[in-house]
Amino acid sequence: MSKFKKKKSGDLPAISTASLPDIVFMLLFFFMVATVMRQNTLMVENKLPFADQVEKLDKKDLIMYIYAGKPSQRYRAQYGNEARIQLNDKFASVEEVQQFIYSERESKREELIPYLTTALKVDEETNMGLVSDIKQELRKAEALKINYTTVVGDAMQNVE
Amino acid sequence: MAKRSAPEVNAGSMADIAFLLLIFFLVTTTIETDSGISRKLPPWQPEDVEPPVIKQRNIFTVLVNSNNQLLVEDEEMELSELREAAVEFLDNGAGTGDEACSFCQGAKDPNSSVNPQKAIISLVNNRGTEYGTYIAVQNELVAAYNQLRDREAQRMYGMTFTQMEKNYNDPNYNGDKDALKEKIDVITDMIPQKLSEAEPTS
Repeated sequence: MSKFKKKKSGDLPAISTASLPDIVFMLLFFFMVATVMRQNTLMVENKLPFADQVEKLDKKDLIMYIYAGKPSQRYRAQYGNEARIQLNDKFASVEEVQQFIYSERESKREELIPYLTTALKVDEETNMGLVSDIKQELRKAEALKINYTTVVGDAMQNVE
Repeated sequence: MAKRSAPEVNAGSMADIAFLLLIFFLVTTTIETDSGISRKLPPWQPEDVEPPVIKQRNIFTVLVNSNNQLLVEDEEMELSELREAAVEFLDNGAGTGDEACSFCQGAKDPNSSVNPQKAIISLVNNRGTEYGTYIAVQNELVAAYNQLRDREAQRMYGMTFTQMEKNYNDPNYNGDKDALKEKIDVITDMIPQKLSEAEPTS
């Protein structure tokens, strides 16, 4: 019996924190691998409309983003209140959309090009005139697969 | 000089550094994926191509004006009624002979569509229409198609169309994907999404 009693004596040993860095590193590597950096800084207001008949957009490397909307507050003085297109990190005109598609295509591997999708992230208050212009340019550039990016929700909220 | 052993580097702050990096990546991570309504644009065509002739009864016109009001088949309509009206039009099935629709449950109105395969929804919007309204209209029309497809898929295969598509796109799905793809093709062939968009009016 004395054998067992021996262990009970003494204080609680301090928990070793030597493996803490390892755990943290493990988490760190997970997030490093899972991270997709925000590609663009938004320069336009981008309140997306609601819709519920949506499909998910996977494979982020196969998506070209086109943003449109009114310039954000701090660009108002320079660019005015009219809705504009944003490609990469700068404002662009409608004519530049085609060029943008071509350069995006060039940066992708050839066999992936048919799978490229254009995601239109357009502010819900934008007029359809601008959106139609973008769509015409996309048709000219033969980028026919598009996706109107929306927030999942009841579409009736758009009209209110 | 006396030989000195290199001093041990204190690794106590390693955890702090790792935490710092961890927090940085936590903040910059965007795990959520985007979702939205997928559409396919028609290819660019030269102006002088004659459009094919389509019977008026097979076209369901939806007009949206710059005040975001809807005009459906020459009648004013609320957005909330659009889905019902589109389903009624697609499901009408007044066709006979070659154009007969075997599964339609509609009213067989002689002034409406003959067959979902022939029925076309034409959407015309104004340049001043708000994008939010446009998306809402698109959403309702896609919902109308999905409602019909769900009904038919449920009747034929005992599973809704949306569920079938979801399974098909799910990499972890264990069932037979080729068979599923065939079923999906049958349904999309029965009720094709024919949504035409005209140039906006100004």
